[in-house]
Amino acid sequence: MSVATGRAWVFGDDIDTDVLAPGIYMKGPIEKMTPHCLEAVDPEFAAGVEAGDVVVAGRNFGMGSSREQAVLVLRHLGVAAVVARSFAGLFFRNALNLGLPALACAEAGRIGASHRVAVDAEAGDIQNLTTGGRYACEGIPEHLMEMVRDGGLVPHMAKRLGARSSRG
Amino acid sequence: MARTLAEKIIARAAGQDAVTPGDIVTCAVDLAMMHDSGGPRRVAPILESLQAKVWDAGKIVVASDHYVPAVDAESAAILDLTRKWVADNGIPNFYDMQGICHVVVPEHGHLLPGMFVVGGDSHSPTGGAFGCFMFGVGATEMAGVLVTGETWIKVPETILVRWGGRLGRGLSAKDIMLFLCHRLGMGGAEYRVVQYAGDAVEGLPMAERMTLCNMAAELGAQTGIIAPDAVTADHIRTNGGDPGDVASWQGDADATFHAVHDFDAGTLAPQVAAPHSPANAAAVGDYENVAVNQAYIGACTGAKAVDLCMAAAVLKGNRVAAGVRLLVAPASTRTTAEAAADGTLATLTEAGAILMPSGCGACAGYGAGVLAENEACIASTARNFKGRMGAPSADVYLASPYTVAASAIRGRISDPRDFLEGRAP
Repeated sequence: MSVATGRAWVFGDDIDTDVLAPGIYMKGPIEKMTPHCLEAVDPEFAAGVEAGDVVVAGRNFGMGSSREQAVLVLRHLGVAAVVARSFAGLFFRNALNLGLPALACAEAGRIGASHRVAVDAEAGDIQNLTTGGRYACEGIPEHLMEMVRDGGLVPHMAKRLGARSSRG
Repeated sequence: MARTLAEKIIARAAGQDAVTPGDIVTCAVDLAMMHDSGGPRRVAPILESLQAKVWDAGKIVVASDHYVPAVDAESAAILDLTRKWVADNGIPNFYDMQGICHVVVPEHGHLLPGMFVVGGDSHSPTGGAFGCFMFGVGATEMAGVLVTGETWIKVPETILVRWGGRLGRGLSAKDIMLFLCHRLGMGGAEYRVVQYAGDAVEGLPMAERMTLCNMAAELGAQTGIIAPDAVTADHIRTNGGDPGDVASWQGDADATFHAVHDFDAGTLAPQVAAPHSPANAAAVGDYENVAVNQAYIGACTGAKAVDLCMAAAVLKGNRVAAGVRLLVAPASTRTTAEAAADGTLATLTEAGAILMPSGCGACAGYGAGVLAENEACIASTARNFKGRMGAPSADVYLASPYTVAASAIRGRISDPRDFLEGRAP
């Protein structure tokens, strides 16, 4: 995982999966959903976000549904990482399973809208390039690090299954 | 060392004598439940890319409940794909348009005390009512389970929530949960297990216990759970399952809890949660006279047979207000059959209710009954996030089926006890 550097898009507490991935677009391809990601709370986000940008939020980010589209839609928009004070358990597992770094950071509130941040997911380190601040975060749980390095659960399993069949 | 029920189930699934909160363990999955939205259409491409087969078709159960019945080519294709995948993979337990997975799966006796179960839906904690450790996972994680038959869990601490006394007339499990959402907050449980106990909980039928466990999701819990008892065992037997020895799936009396909360069911007032969070709950009096365009009795937490009976108790002899639509989507086809047999459906339709297909329906905006811009709805569902039930500017209030029915009669949010006083129970 390389260090991601981008602009921060800042949201509050309890951002739910219905505003991330509205149910009305769940039937179709992800491309039809991306323009509507977070539009109920920030109509500018989907059009303005650029590859490498970072979503920053308060507590309980991703609460609600098990739908992985809430992660896929962020990845599709090029979001490099999500930094939040805390995550909903399902979203956290989904994010890492899909290779989107999700970092719990007690100081996420120090990052303001449009601040430039550099996120080192593996080291659990965030630099605020706008203010010069530096924040430690919980980082990725040790037992999942290899999976995240592999790019998520599917490539990780492909590696494991490949290793198993080549051994067999 | 004394252990909670959840710790005992996880230890058994992990093949260990005991586990301690904070341990990260790999568990064998006893049952994997999927629906049409997050199930085959999402896991099939992953299994194909891995050239992998399902680990045990007999431990997989699939229910099509989100896109039912199909309304366009896209939803029809999703249901078609689901049927074909189930057939191709030899999945013996498939419930096609029979109702909501959380209701249909236990209706067929699949959930038994002590099981470690994953479901491809966030309301999978519902299964905790049967003494299972059951939690929701996303589609990629489900694909991993389908290939390996296992998944990881960081052993959670348990929060014990005890409700003493007895719920008053016109009160239900939904009122308990909305109260707890307000009291503990969304995410307040922080990945822990919420175990419900106390006289009021023990006095509830299984359908109501399912509502308690279901909405542990709203508290941010890993899951909810209730220790199985004679009510659990009878219910499982009635549905064709073998509950085993429920006495063997109990937490130790001196187990350690992260916290213990005690509440008195007898003093609880009907609760209503204002937009756009279940945590915005307060006594119904705080929202009385808010006008509604739609009243919705539906979803896994709000349209089981007991829920329809609650609505009927209020609606009997009354009419839905002019200009208000009352939609009723029974949680399963069996629910519909039961409600037809005992006259509940007739009471609802005579009052002006419109019957809808069994499925997730309007709750998450997938099915029929969604809202227009600036409309207001009172619903017996579990979530009222912005835009969830249709237009982002629509307001959804959450309440029990009693309160939804009372509000449909007046066209304004109303206390159901006004309609129940003086009536025979």
